[in-house]
Amino acid sequence: MADPVIGILGAGKLGSTLARIGVQAGLSIHIGSRHSVADLQWVIDTLAPGAVTMTAEAVVATSDIIILAIPLNRYRDLDPTAFAGKIVLDATNYWAEVDGTKNLISDFNTSSSEVIQAWLPEALVAKAFNHMGYHDLEIEVDRHPAVPRAMAYATDHESIKPQVEAVLARFGFTPFFIGPLRFGLLLEPGSPLFGAAIPESEFAAELAKIYTSPYGQKIIAARGDQIH
Amino acid sequence: MPAKLQFGLDTFGDLAFQEDGTAMSADATLRQVVHEAQLADELGLQMFALGEHHRPEFAISSPEIVLGAIAMVTKQIKLGTAVTVLSSDDPVRVFERFSTLHGLSHGREEIMLGRGSFTESFPLYGYDLQNYDELFTEKIALWQKLLAGGKLNWSGKFTQKLTNTTVYPQLPKGETIATSLAVGGSPESIIRAVYYDIPVVIAIIGGEPTRFRPYVDLYHKAAQQLKKPEHPLGMHAHGIILDDEAEARSVGWQYIRAEMDRIGIDRGWAPMTRDRFEFEIDKGAYYVGTPEQVAQKLAKNMKALDMSRFDLVYGTGGQLIHQREATIRNYATKVVPRVRELIGGEA
Repeated sequence: MADPVIGILGAGKLGSTLARIGVQAGLSIHIGSRHSVADLQWVIDTLAPGAVTMTAEAVVATSDIIILAIPLNRYRDLDPTAFAGKIVLDATNYWAEVDGTKNLISDFNTSSSEVIQAWLPEALVAKAFNHMGYHDLEIEVDRHPAVPRAMAYATDHESIKPQVEAVLARFGFTPFFIGPLRFGLLLEPGSPLFGAAIPESEFAAELAKIYTSPYGQKIIAARGDQIH
Repeated sequence: MPAKLQFGLDTFGDLAFQEDGTAMSADATLRQVVHEAQLADELGLQMFALGEHHRPEFAISSPEIVLGAIAMVTKQIKLGTAVTVLSSDDPVRVFERFSTLHGLSHGREEIMLGRGSFTESFPLYGYDLQNYDELFTEKIALWQKLLAGGKLNWSGKFTQKLTNTTVYPQLPKGETIATSLAVGGSPESIIRAVYYDIPVVIAIIGGEPTRFRPYVDLYHKAAQQLKKPEHPLGMHAHGIILDDEAEARSVGWQYIRAEMDRIGIDRGWAPMTRDRFEFEIDKGAYYVGTPEQVAQKLAKNMKALDMSRFDLVYGTGGQLIHQREATIRNYATKVVPRVRELIGGEA
């Protein structure tokens, strides 16, 4: 299977970091943001040399797998028709500092990636790259060369799992499937898994006790039960 | 290489601990900070900068008042903030506080703008964090107009309308309030600092400092692209400098780690493992160890990142009085001279 072209939307802390890691892994990286190509190109050439800067529209059109590294509150800027048939890795989180102190987008009954999937009905959305701090994507990975960190993902589309896992592995992580997209709630800010940059076995152990955590208790209180 | 090196201290006014381990009050901590600034001044350090926080573990919410007190008992040290959250403040009042400090200190004041690690000032002062960028853009423009002095005409979306207004005390003719901008890992913040022609101080509080090299490159590149001048670069990092390495590490584990974990709860960081903590000392962002160890590490990182300014955050997490003061003494009398020697060039 030829390597997919990876598109990254967003060139801030996370987008530029993922672009750098992707290029270093030998992947074709296309990146774009709300800035013009002229304004972004020299930034990317400096922070992630080798990644190709283009407009956001061109990134979507030319990439097989698109990573969303934009503020969650900008998701309505994405054109649903352009995403038809594309695999989308949703790395966004509801983050009060960026998205406002009141979360009007997602809640304990609808995880933020389910909101994205609903907005992009014909895209094949997986939640991934959201639970690890952008700095730890490099720091924790590089200082444990022999023990890859687990990168959890969730998706409703069984068919894309091999491709998603291949990409996560190329970025240097052990893919860790946690279930359909609704399970993505377990990876969101507030969860003990949010921020986790740990190996697979430790991740599994944390996941196993999630409902004993205050966050897990809040999920049960809001949904009446664990996520099934 | 940087022409002139500057070494200073930062503190957020972490509540200190008495020798018997009991926590000092905020009041007593404030007086201790003034005392420590006096010590730093006597030992020849060049900058003493205070953070602004609104949380139980920190005593300083009004840094300029503390700096005003320090101004009266010090002679040469610059008196700074690290940082002033301009976006959740009124630039006119900020200007008045700093121009007052300018007078009291014979022009030793310096303001560092930024957002800092915490964001509690936004709801406290009635601002929406979601407007951070817009608030910052508008207020920094007003700040630069205020620095220019004279009669002001201004209207903005988040700020007051000013018509032919002079803000007092005006700065003496030809003088200004030295202004820098604190940044973390956001490329846009670096570019913004270049755009506004303001020197940058990078907070490097985790990971190998050399990982910030791309951001330093971005700073240089942005100056070229935007045709703006470059200013000396600075960084800020946490440290504990004691004669005994094991003791420094143990104090670090007790206090720095505890503070990082407290911050982490708000910021969504995982609790710090012992392994990560040791890594931060051995290879990462913490300057914890003996004076020679810290000097070697600091000289290496300053060279690798083209840094000419370093601000050591001391007293992180509180610490006992003698530990705080030992760090200041070791830094001023042993580390700084040694780093100057290791880096060479014009001191």
